[in-house]
Amino acid sequence: MDEYSKKVMALFKNPKNMGEVKNADGAGEAGNPVCGDVMRITIKVKDGRLADIKFKTMGCVAAIASSSMITELAKGKTIQEAMDITNMDVAKELGGLPNIKMHCSKLAADALRLAINDYQKRKKR
Amino acid sequence: MHVQIMQLHGGRVQMKVYLDNGASTMADKRAVKAMLPCFTKIYGNPSSLHTFGADARKAVDSSREVIAKKINADINEIIFTSGGTESDNTAIIGAAKANNDKGDHIITTKIEHKAVLNAFKYLEKKGFKTTYLNVDKEGLIDLDELKKAIIDKTILVSVMHANNEIGTIQNIRGIGKICREKNVILHTDTVQSFTKVPINVKDDFIDLASFSSHKIHGPKGVGALFIRSGVKIKPLLHGGGHEFNLRAGTENVPGIVGFAKAAELCNSEANEKMKKLRDYMIEKIKKIPNAKINGSLEKRLVNNINVSFKGIEGEAILTLLNEAGVAVSTGSACHSKNLQPSHVLKSIKTPDNYIQGSIRITVSRFTTKKEADYAVKNLKIIVKKLTEMSPLG
Repeated sequence: MDEYSKKVMALFKNPKNMGEVKNADGAGEAGNPVCGDVMRITIKVKDGRLADIKFKTMGCVAAIASSSMITELAKGKTIQEAMDITNMDVAKELGGLPNIKMHCSKLAADALRLAINDYQKRKKR
Repeated sequence: MHVQIMQLHGGRVQMKVYLDNGASTMADKRAVKAMLPCFTKIYGNPSSLHTFGADARKAVDSSREVIAKKINADINEIIFTSGGTESDNTAIIGAAKANNDKGDHIITTKIEHKAVLNAFKYLEKKGFKTTYLNVDKEGLIDLDELKKAIIDKTILVSVMHANNEIGTIQNIRGIGKICREKNVILHTDTVQSFTKVPINVKDDFIDLASFSSHKIHGPKGVGALFIRSGVKIKPLLHGGGHEFNLRAGTENVPGIVGFAKAAELCNSEANEKMKKLRDYMIEKIKKIPNAKINGSLEKRLVNNINVSFKGIEGEAILTLLNEAGVAVSTGSACHSKNLQPSHVLKSIKTPDNYIQGSIRITVSRFTTKKEADYAVKNLKIIVKKLTEMSPLG
């Protein structure tokens, strides 16, 4: 556990935006069968911005901290801004992740993008 | 035991509870006390001919007698090593190389410790043919499968006595009988079972057995290998003629003395105590939602609990338990260096959604009921928290 930054440990212990957005406009789920992590992100969009975003995650310390971080980074952003958030942004804001855990940040970025894609698909219908 | 109660901010009481005795144990103070004279009084080299040497030799030999008696071996059938890994390597690689003239096929199981599995991998590279036996849902090998696996070219079978992750105890006598009938050497890794499950090398038809000190409240860096008289072994280390020419290097006298003392201090009373505490904890843990006990409930080490929780992940459980002062281990992939889940849990066909959420709790004779209660109480809270967080919960 020593390999985790203080920020990772703090978010793991007290994650932000945990749960499920009610009547979500979009939902995305990303999973890594190798590690067994599954992340689900739900979003509410208002005036082209992510008015609300929540996560549910089965995963390790890094996965839970990454989920929490991406919701914080994306909240209030425009759709385009949110789409531009990369896993490197997540890792950077977390004060770094052990190399072997970088895929957790990727999972978070993937889940967010999938949620936005889902929202865009629903809008077209 | 070393219950440190700390008063935290807000008056919350936190305990420190060590429940990872399968990884290592606290040395018994009496074992440490027995070691101390070996640093400053009995410091001679056991190979030296003077009195200083003779005193050290006596200390090593009486320790040898203690270990031999515990397993019904003869004194000259025990050599001291640096620990379980060296004993496993010496037994497997040593026996395979020394008996290569009789064949090149060796057999083990899919749930062995890495010290055995990687010795087998090494021998594969050297040209030996290998068979890895399956285990059932409880972690037991099938004796018929073993019988069928033994061919004319088979020279060695290595089956662990009790598994380090799930605590399953094999029918070692049944295995020994088959191997003896087929004239194949049987090695067993008893690192986890020594002093917890009776071992009688004669009645159980064991040819080679590995032991470790630090799993039984002895010091680290010392172990033993039983080599049945007449069984050929090629030593790993080349040097002086220590340990009947089978393990070169000046004997670790303090470690050996501490190991023997620790072995002496283990008894059936302590085992009964651990078993009671284990069953008490299992009963409580079973009631936590989505919990599943891994391994066998009957053929199980007295100190082992391995439990999986559906839809949550082991490293997260371990980390939160650690925050609460409770130390356990996990078979989760996320916690391993190669991101692979436990090969043991995979072999007993633990479902994917359970395999990631496994933790191992291993008590010792020093673990108290109060510590057990504290650990289970925290485990319950943590599992609930992580389950609420999980999309699969």
